Amino acid sequence: MNEASILDIISPVMVGPSSSHTAGAVKIGLLAKNIYGRKIKDVVITLYNSYAQTGIGHGSDKGILAGLLGFGVDNIIIKDIFNSIEASKIKYRFEYEENFSYHPNAVDIKFSGEVEMKISAQSIGGGEVQIVKIDDFDVNINGKYNSIILVIDDTIGHISKITSVIQKYNINIASINCERKSKGQNATCCISLDSEISHSALLEIEKETKPKLMRYIKKL
Amino acid sequence: MQIKTFEELKKILKNSNKEIFEIAQEMECQNLDITKEDFRQSVKKTLNAMKDAIKNGLINNQITNGKMGGQDCVKLVKKYKEKPSVFSKLFEKILTYALATSEENARMGKIAACPTAGACGIVPSVLISLFEEFNINTDKQINSLIVAGLIGKIISQKVKPAGAVAGCQAECGTAAAMAAGAAAYLFDYNIDIILNSVSLCLKNILGLTCDPVRGFVEVPCIKRNPFMAIHAITAVELASAGIESVIPTDEVVDAMEQTGALMSPSLKESSLAGLAKTKTAIIMSKACFTKKYYSELKD
Repeated sequence: MNEASILDIISPVMVGPSSSHTAGAVKIGLLAKNIYGRKIKDVVITLYNSYAQTGIGHGSDKGILAGLLGFGVDNIIIKDIFNSIEASKIKYRFEYEENFSYHPNAVDIKFSGEVEMKISAQSIGGGEVQIVKIDDFDVNINGKYNSIILVIDDTIGHISKITSVIQKYNINIASINCERKSKGQNATCCISLDSEISHSALLEIEKETKPKLMRYIKKL
Repeated sequence: MQIKTFEELKKILKNSNKEIFEIAQEMECQNLDITKEDFRQSVKKTLNAMKDAIKNGLINNQITNGKMGGQDCVKLVKKYKEKPSVFSKLFEKILTYALATSEENARMGKIAACPTAGACGIVPSVLISLFEEFNINTDKQINSLIVAGLIGKIISQKVKPAGAVAGCQAECGTAAAMAAGAAAYLFDYNIDIILNSVSLCLKNILGLTCDPVRGFVEVPCIKRNPFMAIHAITAVELASAGIESVIPTDEVVDAMEQTGALMSPSLKESSLAGLAKTKTAIIMSKACFTKKYYSELKD
């Protein structure tokens, strides 16, 4: 499911100058905004490696901010995004680091305020991106599918409860990815869907599993 | 279904009476669960964005973000008006369209990243020049872009199109291979000629580094686009004469993957070596990366 399609290869139609460093950055910002799911007040963005060294020239900083404000990759506002971010009153700061054990185009986005959350992402080429971590949990979200992310108790039967709700609403699951740190601890579950899921189905999943965190991330 | 290799593509084509674009189209509609009409509409949207970028870029004289380019396309257009190219109108178009698109990109204008933004001038300049000079109808225009996409997709399954991952060979090199294969398709050449065009193209860019001066997609990226467009046409000209690549296409892609992995990170979109660390580049960086410059950039 992670293979680029022909449409991915010949597009996106986007604001330049770099698919990985500008459009990819916008997508990472958009996904991070949706995963955080709250009004953003304070955010620290750490750019690593190639993103740190060439990010300003490529407009990676502008791209991430545009995404966090909800603008798409082809919105020409990206060029003047610093004006929009000033108006939004969001406090933001960029940090630049080198760590070659990370992907060349890695980013950490750390939200603080009433709810804190750290999202790690990477831009893997041609505008394709992956969210790889939410706080300490490994995830794999690429924005190509409608996805449900859940952090739940690692107890028997939770996953079958979730999948039966999804089945009841007649939705096909494209992929399911679950992981836990150790037995009996919190588990993360990422479910990619072939179509949209209704609000009532999501409420049912929430009721069945009482998640510590639950997000529905629409495809970009 | 996913076509993983060029050999596989060749086999599928030899066992069916379908054209290459039809195979690609059917595969993608199935994978993406969309109709043929929707798929072709999306390709057409990209095609229109490419044409718009050329139109805008041909007349835009505005300096680029990093202030190292933006006025070369207009210069070339003016030169051709006064003194046409000794080669042909087609040659003039390919060069000016490639420059127009990549300058638009460096101005943070709207382009189609095909396969990436840094290499966005190559496929459109070759294909759209050919569309115009040979009066290609819209349907076939869309078909040729699908063929370009299929070639890029097969390459990218092994080598991701990102300078940070495998250098410029994976960006401009892949773009040139896509343009070459699609141009060969436009001339109705068979799959062997199409694949030889792809191989010849890729073989001759292996090891191309990504060393952008001051980290901007400007030097050498902007001017590299017209060079790579002509590179693509050279491959089609040779292949169409029956000249073959000794190394098969899939193996050339393997070589590109290995070369990319062996290249130092300093030459892969980090601006730590190569052109980015020349005397002139360092002086420019020092002059530019001051607090004042950053604040100007933010304005």
